[in-house]
Amino acid sequence: MSSFRNAVIAAAVMAAAGGTFAQADSRFPGIGRAATPKEVAAWDIDVRPDFKGLPKGSGSVAKGQDIWESKCAHCHGVFGDSGEVFSPVVGGTTAEDVKTGRVAKLKDSTVGRTTFMKVATLSTVFDYINRAMPWTAPKSLSTDEVYAVTAFLLNLSGVVPDDFTLSDKNIADVQKRMPNRNGMTTQHAMWPGKEFNGVKVPDVKNVACMKDCATEPSVGSFLPDFARNAHGNLAEQNRMIGPQRGADTTVPEGKAPAKVVESAKPAAASGGADAKAAIALLTKHSCVACHGVDKKIVGPGFNEVAKKHADKADYLASKIKSGGSGVWGPIPMPAQALPEADARVIAAWIAAGAAK
Amino acid sequence: MKQDDLSAGRIIRAPENFLSREGIKTVFAEGKKGRRDFIRSAFAAAAAGVAAPAVLAQGNPVPKEGGDTNILNLPEHATGLGQSVVTDGYGKPSKYETNVQRRQSPGLTQTNQASVSFSPLQSLFGIVTPSGLHFERHHQGWWDIDPSKHRFMVNGMVKTPKVFTMDEIMRLPSVSRFHFIECGANSGAEWGNVAVPTAQYTHGMISCSEFTGVPLITLLELAGADLKNGKFVLAEGGDGSSMTRTIPMSLITSGEVFVAYGQNGEMLRPENGYPLRLVVPGVQGVSWVKYLRRVEVGDQPYATKDEAIHYIDLQPSGLHRQYTNIQECKSVVTTPSGGQVLLDKGFYNITGLAWSGRGKVKKVDVSVDGGRNWRPARLESPVMSKALTRFNVDWVWDGKPAIIQSRATDETGYVQPTYKQLRAVRGTRSIYHNNAIQSWLVQENGEVKNVQLS
Repeated sequence: MSSFRNAVIAAAVMAAAGGTFAQADSRFPGIGRAATPKEVAAWDIDVRPDFKGLPKGSGSVAKGQDIWESKCAHCHGVFGDSGEVFSPVVGGTTAEDVKTGRVAKLKDSTVGRTTFMKVATLSTVFDYINRAMPWTAPKSLSTDEVYAVTAFLLNLSGVVPDDFTLSDKNIADVQKRMPNRNGMTTQHAMWPGKEFNGVKVPDVKNVACMKDCATEPSVGSFLPDFARNAHGNLAEQNRMIGPQRGADTTVPEGKAPAKVVESAKPAAASGGADAKAAIALLTKHSCVACHGVDKKIVGPGFNEVAKKHADKADYLASKIKSGGSGVWGPIPMPAQALPEADARVIAAWIAAGAAK
Repeated sequence: MKQDDLSAGRIIRAPENFLSREGIKTVFAEGKKGRRDFIRSAFAAAAAGVAAPAVLAQGNPVPKEGGDTNILNLPEHATGLGQSVVTDGYGKPSKYETNVQRRQSPGLTQTNQASVSFSPLQSLFGIVTPSGLHFERHHQGWWDIDPSKHRFMVNGMVKTPKVFTMDEIMRLPSVSRFHFIECGANSGAEWGNVAVPTAQYTHGMISCSEFTGVPLITLLELAGADLKNGKFVLAEGGDGSSMTRTIPMSLITSGEVFVAYGQNGEMLRPENGYPLRLVVPGVQGVSWVKYLRRVEVGDQPYATKDEAIHYIDLQPSGLHRQYTNIQECKSVVTTPSGGQVLLDKGFYNITGLAWSGRGKVKKVDVSVDGGRNWRPARLESPVMSKALTRFNVDWVWDGKPAIIQSRATDETGYVQPTYKQLRAVRGTRSIYHNNAIQSWLVQENGEVKNVQLS
């Protein structure tokens, strides 16, 4: 009893002396605690356009090229201009753009847009590579590697020369050469608040006319017949009860439905326990970032590999570990650092037909 | 609009062609009897000829036997013992509802982890999106995060940087509010021309839920945020993409922005950011950062990847509009809508959804003649700020081609624009913030098509 009493007194003394709860908002005692400097440093990684938050470091174009080819090129292409997986990073900017700070090709409606055609702020490129790249292993690059990759992309875009080394010391100067640095406007009515000094009145105006209103004269755009079934059978995408049904798009419009319209069912696992284990490993090791089970993504679908290399489990296991190029297309598959046992499970599953 | 303009191109005049042989027989038989309302029974006959499920038999004639066998012959469920309680501890929809799924739009993205699934608007009622049908947008795949290990940090221009556990956040006073969330790129494929067939793909990157959580201002105040000089807040996710966005301070100080853990009575679904996401009412979905791990108070905007490379709106001048946040007033008729087939002439309830990122929907008008004449629709309660609003209007279809449109007006007086008006200002390459009036063409054969007028 006396020990309980002592504990209560001790706690009261601690509180009075400015202990645990003294800093907390008086409305909500006991909620939240001060973050330690180490915790803030671990998470506060953002870099602002004025380069607040930029870590010290440096990286050369040449080093960036090495990192790019081993960790980035299989998605973005060797020159950063591939559109196979993501929109191209590099391309479409000129030496004139570097001078003016406006990318001229943005006015050309026939030209696709790359990252460097759009981005005005170099901090954005550094920050994004640092926090989210490589896609399947985000935050795995060192600070100097992020500088190097950024330098390589700037070089491909004609912003810095081949022998350039990007660092926290010179990055603000490089910002002054970004091809689209003058290409942004905040003169619109779509930011809530006055921080950007935008405009108050929305840019597009309509009037709610109710009778004999002027209309457009005709149907100007519709889906062509060949695209009728491009989104799958719409009959299976509508409820089977109610005022309407989905159109059977497996047959041309104006023809009788060709087959029984069955309810869409989620794909059932038919490959059994081995397939389940293998598919779980595909997700665990990010294989599915580049290979679909039944479709090509960057690399071939596992169903395609299964067709080409049926019963060749040993060959497949070694290819998974070593990577390769030229078998399925120009984009190389990097060597994969997964346990041998996992590679064997996956290889055996592919060799047996890659069933779902 | 002249009817000739329609029939010249797309309208199939005779219904015979889309019926089976049995269906055509029925058509002729009904025709001989002089009945014009034959489409439904003909369609039902056609369906009955090919499809086994009883739910397809939709005709409602009085059969020769003197009554409907569904009435006369008592079914098993009326004469037997049903299933026990808790056959499923977390219940699922009826097995007859399997067509109602969120779906990817083929060819839209090359990967499945940086991708989108669309909510099946054509099959939903009211204003709440069932959590399992909420649209998805992931930038680097989704995760099911252990909530006991999730932390939320407040730092930057604050007196004391703070760390909160989920337990602590859920102890704080909570709010529950209905809000829509719409991707800034919703309807983005349709800026230049018709690209997709159904309401699911044209407008399905919108959902509406009742979210529960804690106003962000409370958490900022707990850290002693400098609200005078701190004009911008960065929100950051805890997943691989660590999504970041600059959040408007005016919506935080007004108390509107909150950190949510609850959605429609349950915890957030993993695909929607379990255990914690930001709710930024009226602002495009990319700002509603999922797996929210940190907010930072600062005196300048952040120009993050998704506000400096993506989610910027290209204008005809070649300039990009940056920090375009508000989802302007918009609406869409969800039934009848593209890819559906009407079963018959006669009465229909035209229904749809309207919303505005600037507040409440004030009214919705509906046209069935391509925008020449409009009728005000009934707004169903509740009508809430920055939430979906359901509208309905009566319609008797005479079997002739019709172009159905809806046009919403919000409480600021802003009227949803036509494609022509929108393109005249913003061109066709903006990708984001397409809030144009949608047109659905109902053809004489009952099939509904996505069309744009010009």
